[in-house]
Amino acid sequence: MNVSSVKGSMSISSSTSTWKAGDTISDQFPAGLRVLVVDDDPTCLMILEKMLIACLYKVTKCNRAETALSKLRENKNGYDIVLSDVHMPDMDGFKLLEHIGLEMDLPVIMMSADDGKQVVMKGVTHGACDYLIKPVRIEALKNIWQHVVRKRKNEWKEFEQSGSVEEGDRQPKQSDDADYSSSANEGNWKGSKKRKDEEEETDERDDTSTLKKPRVVWSVELHQQFVAAVNQLGIDKAVPKKILELMNVPGLTRENVASHLQKYRLYLRRLSGVSQHQSNLSTIISAQDPTFGSLSSLSGLDLQTLAATGQLPAQSLARLQAAGLGRATAKSGIPITLVDQRNIFSFENPKLRFGEGQQQHMTNKQQVNLLHGIPTTMEPKQLVSLRHAAQSIGNMNMQVPPHGAQNSQNNPLLMQMGQQQQQSRGQILVDSTINHAPRLSSSMGQPILSNGIATNVSSRNGIPENIRAPGYSQTPSMLNFPVNHASELPGNSFALGSTPGVSILTSKGAFQEDVNSEIKGSGGLMPSYDVFNDLNQHKPQSWELQNVGMAFDTSQHSNSLQGNLDLTQSALGQQGFSSGQMNGHNRSAAVANKAMFSTGDVKELGSAQNVNQHLNNLLVDNTIRIKSERVCDTSPANIFPDHFGQDDLMSALLKQQESVASSENEFDFDGYSMNNIPV
Amino acid sequence: MEVGQMQRRLVDYTKSLFMEGFLDAQFLQLQQLQDESNPDFVVEVVSLFFDDSEKLLNDLTMALDQPSVDFKKVDAHVHQLKGSSSSIGAQRVKNACIAFRSFCEEQNIDATLRCLQQVKQEYYLVKNKLETMLRLEQQIVAAGGSIPMIELGF
Repeated sequence: MNVSSVKGSMSISSSTSTWKAGDTISDQFPAGLRVLVVDDDPTCLMILEKMLIACLYKVTKCNRAETALSKLRENKNGYDIVLSDVHMPDMDGFKLLEHIGLEMDLPVIMMSADDGKQVVMKGVTHGACDYLIKPVRIEALKNIWQHVVRKRKNEWKEFEQSGSVEEGDRQPKQSDDADYSSSANEGNWKGSKKRKDEEEETDERDDTSTLKKPRVVWSVELHQQFVAAVNQLGIDKAVPKKILELMNVPGLTRENVASHLQKYRLYLRRLSGVSQHQSNLSTIISAQDPTFGSLSSLSGLDLQTLAATGQLPAQSLARLQAAGLGRATAKSGIPITLVDQRNIFSFENPKLRFGEGQQQHMTNKQQVNLLHGIPTTMEPKQLVSLRHAAQSIGNMNMQVPPHGAQNSQNNPLLMQMGQQQQQSRGQILVDSTINHAPRLSSSMGQPILSNGIATNVSSRNGIPENIRAPGYSQTPSMLNFPVNHASELPGNSFALGSTPGVSILTSKGAFQEDVNSEIKGSGGLMPSYDVFNDLNQHKPQSWELQNVGMAFDTSQHSNSLQGNLDLTQSALGQQGFSSGQMNGHNRSAAVANKAMFSTGDVKELGSAQNVNQHLNNLLVDNTIRIKSERVCDTSPANIFPDHFGQDDLMSALLKQQESVASSENEFDFDGYSMNNIPV
Repeated sequence: MEVGQMQRRLVDYTKSLFMEGFLDAQFLQLQQLQDESNPDFVVEVVSLFFDDSEKLLNDLTMALDQPSVDFKKVDAHVHQLKGSSSSIGAQRVKNACIAFRSFCEEQNIDATLRCLQQVKQEYYLVKNKLETMLRLEQQIVAAGGSIPMIELGF
């Protein structure tokens, strides 16, 4: 030995046999075991190092957790086992343990002067192989090799038992996702990426088997699958065996899954505290009935991811985790049950691609029915309008918080999406539209969306806008409002009024205003209802903004049911807009939903038929809502002050919508608080 | 003093340290780790312990001197001191730290201040003892003798 080795050099000596997985029986075993020891106490560190060297191990020491992690990351296969102190200044030992377990899956032994039961238990739950109480005796260190062998042995066994790689099983998953993504860029990208990842992973697996290194690398791909399986089973019911079955990954052992699950649970626990607050509304949205089954995620991948996220905060967490770990967010293949999409979404938002966001919206839209006025985070005003607005839109809008926070936007979408995901097919359309958000502006020019087509267009425009939740405050609902689109999607939030920034309505003078005013004005509402009814048959979705300013109005009428309303609404610049549009859903979200809805419809058929059907659905929903709203009868005219430049139009609409309007009035336009929104 | 005599003195001295609880079996382990390839191991580790502990004690003094004491921080320091003292084998210091920690949990300022004094006292005591012992060893080695292994009937 040499002093140098004592001085902390890791490599004991090249002469020492390298610890190879397969090399269990060797004279020098367990000599050469590559140990990484982490402890902030220099005294302890020095002693441990000396002891480990005395055990003939190959020692690397660090006094900081960060250093240890980076060393591990640099050289993933360079260590066999890690010894870590529990209490460290820069990072908690358990956190390090989690990281190591997730990223490198190495056996980790915790050490501490603390011998309290809780701490030791914590070590167990976090997945530590062993827990040593300080002062550590050399005898204890002499035995740490057993953990390495045990782990490897288990992995090997499982690996061998798993048999040939069943890629086939995994392939379909990929393809499905790909389908979902359809034309969406993101989807494609994701799909291909996913496939690629999968392949890579498989290769890894193969290589691993050849090298007889059973250590499982939890790549993003694999982790996504894991998360998907867990979500499918339900986080509480997820048992390693079932997860393993669901994942159907060759070469993966139950032990691998079990230990990974443990770590995952820890992550969830940690993150749940954060995400809790976010989701409140999301649940509502997700609850919506998938009338528009077609909602299926715009991009299979994206949605799924989103959906997944929505489902469980954990999902997003996982995703985030993965992301945090430097992995790309993968799409979770599991069906998404929007739960707390909002929360998750926020996490995800940054990661979401644009397309995704858009898609989401799309899906949401489809769910028009879903959001029966369920007020999600819409701005108060929006909520009000949302109620009025088509329910479908509501879905979308719901989530969008007034502030156009991307997150919020996404959430709603997620929610919606999640639900619809599987079903909506319109997605593709939406997706494409989304991508073409900019197009919207152009399309905006044409207010009218001819029946199926028009709507599509509008929806597209609108949708993309909407979808862009993160960045678009735009008025998702505004599909019809070309203005919205054109103006800016930047709004990020759907919320019609929600984000000032969004100024989707900019052209019109702020969609938001419209939205807000809608509520007040409700004038818009009225028209919308009528329009809706009238348009039932033929106006798939004309959401065109009936705004005064909007040229659409005229043309729109025929086409967009909703659009008309919307347009007017926007013109009015009030909330009424939202109400108008959405009959039930004031919020821009509603509009968005509508747009989505239409979009979805459009896609599916391109024929008015579908649209009509959808519309009918919408209308039905709206009608229902309207009915309820009819109770209060306030003359619409009253409700809507003269915001609407088009008094004439408004009045006409109002009359029709009277009953509806009254309901509108009910809403607390002025100060409506989201709370009012009936869920 | 001739080597034999020095060695005997060293042995007696070391034994007394163990008997009086200043050192425990862990210190023996350290001594056993020392070998030809690493003849100064014990000295190095002990020096490291001294430096580290003094720093910790200073931090503790400062932390307890604050108008509003952050007991979590204090506890963290004490925990660290406990860890290193136990690794060295400085038993009494370790015990003083254990008591210190329990008072930290209670957030008892007076008691913790007293504990700090106690820990400091124990620390300086053991430091003194260890330095004496190490000096004796050095002298023996310098005189050409070897350090006798302590047979302790623990």
